[in-house]
Amino acid sequence: MKPTTALSPPPAEASAVRATALTVRGLQVRFSMPTRELTVLEGIDLDVHEGEFVCLLGPSGCGKSTLLNVVGGFLRPTAGEVRYRGELITGPDPRRIFVFQERGVFPWLTVEDNIAFGLFRLSEAERRERVAHYVKLVGLSGFEHAWPHELSGGMKQRVEVARALAANPEVMYLDEPFGALDSITRHSMRSELLRLWESERKTVLFVTHDIEEALQLADRVVVMSARPGRVGRIVEVDVPRPRDISSPRYLELRDSLLEEIGLAHRI
Amino acid sequence: MVTRRQLETWLLPVGTLVLLLVGWVVAVRWTGTRVFPTPQQVLQGLVGMVRSGLLWRYAADSLLRVGVGFGLALIVGLGLGMVMGLYPAVAAALGPVVQFLRPISPLAWVPIAILFFGVGDGAAVSLIFLAACLPLALHTTGAVATVPAIYLNAGRNFGLSPPRLFFRVLLPAAMPQLLVGVRVSLWVAWQVVVAAEMIAVDSGLGYMIVDARNAGKRYDLVVAGMLLIGSIGLLLDMGIRRMESLHWVRWGFREE
Repeated sequence: MKPTTALSPPPAEASAVRATALTVRGLQVRFSMPTRELTVLEGIDLDVHEGEFVCLLGPSGCGKSTLLNVVGGFLRPTAGEVRYRGELITGPDPRRIFVFQERGVFPWLTVEDNIAFGLFRLSEAERRERVAHYVKLVGLSGFEHAWPHELSGGMKQRVEVARALAANPEVMYLDEPFGALDSITRHSMRSELLRLWESERKTVLFVTHDIEEALQLADRVVVMSARPGRVGRIVEVDVPRPRDISSPRYLELRDSLLEEIGLAHRI
Repeated sequence: MVTRRQLETWLLPVGTLVLLLVGWVVAVRWTGTRVFPTPQQVLQGLVGMVRSGLLWRYAADSLLRVGVGFGLALIVGLGLGMVMGLYPAVAAALGPVVQFLRPISPLAWVPIAILFFGVGDGAAVSLIFLAACLPLALHTTGAVATVPAIYLNAGRNFGLSPPRLFFRVLLPAAMPQLLVGVRVSLWVAWQVVVAAEMIAVDSGLGYMIVDARNAGKRYDLVVAGMLLIGSIGLLLDMGIRRMESLHWVRWGFREE
């Protein structure tokens, strides 16, 4: 067990961390419905720093997934812009990989071939080495030749995360990746994701509707409100990692987020 | 060790078959018909056809016509369906035409086929082509258009070029549904070859049936022809079913 102080990054790294990776400015998304115009996102401004773990938190229907799709390059905004390291995002890019819920795993490929999917530019030997590394990293050793339908939801989710990591992206977008998993599996997947993030230090933008999940994972939690989706408060989670989820500070942050979203503390 | 399930999958259909045969024999005896043959007579007729070598020639001719007509339908139907599935504008332009032509029975095309190709293989093959091509095109359109966007987005995210995206994502994702389309249109092709041979040519299993009836009411050969057509159709279908169990398409046929 390392002392807590060793977990806070050294000064040199800290300044690198402050560099901005993603810049969202004045973002608006409107959909034309048959009967009316629907504004899903309105006036979104957001900065995500290099190597930072940011959670977008909000109730379902608040447009957080839409925002992630715009940032991922899959959806054009009606107004405003998204830049990555200053460069306008106009489409998806292998440097920024989107992790869907486990539904994104290709059912016609084995675990191994799924993970190797984005590595078609590498030589056979490099590819094999990379796949073996990530199979091990996400704990799927022994399942290399399994087919997705033979795996549990949590294992499929690991395949997707491994497939994304293997492509060595600079940014990872995760859209409620653990939404379909049971609460026990979710818990262990969260700590696994943190372990991976701490070893690889990718910039992560993570969408969730789960307050605890956001607080356990994120450096900063961006709270979104619904109809139209707007950015509300941005909460800096200053609880040192590994996080004690019964520490007073954690509970205080949780309560303030509950309040922000408009929920009572007692059930 | 034979499990109960294995026993059921073999015993039940074989039992039905035996019952049908017994029913057939009883019906022929009971009615005292002189026209409709017993199973033994059908078998004798079949043996006669095998001895004269006609049976193989007829079966081969039918299969060849289906091979050519269905082969052409595969190329055109799959191609057309994919273009329609990928480009909504093409689907909007051609969809109504295909939908309009589809309910017209292939048999309605017989006079026109004979007009264009004369009485012969050309007419038969063109009927098979037409009959198989339309359902295949429609199935393919659906298969391609309903590939989940999530797969295509994932493929694009990893930087796949359009051709690579087609071969590595779209095609495998659509494959189970494509196979269903191929299976359905092969059925149709096999049904139509028999009909086409009754009218347009003088060989093949369809011809065998018409010829047996016209040349001396040989109903033993009529029934033999029907049984052969059924058996070959069953074999063709089993062939495609085998493909459905291949690993890279099996996911599409599983109930989860």
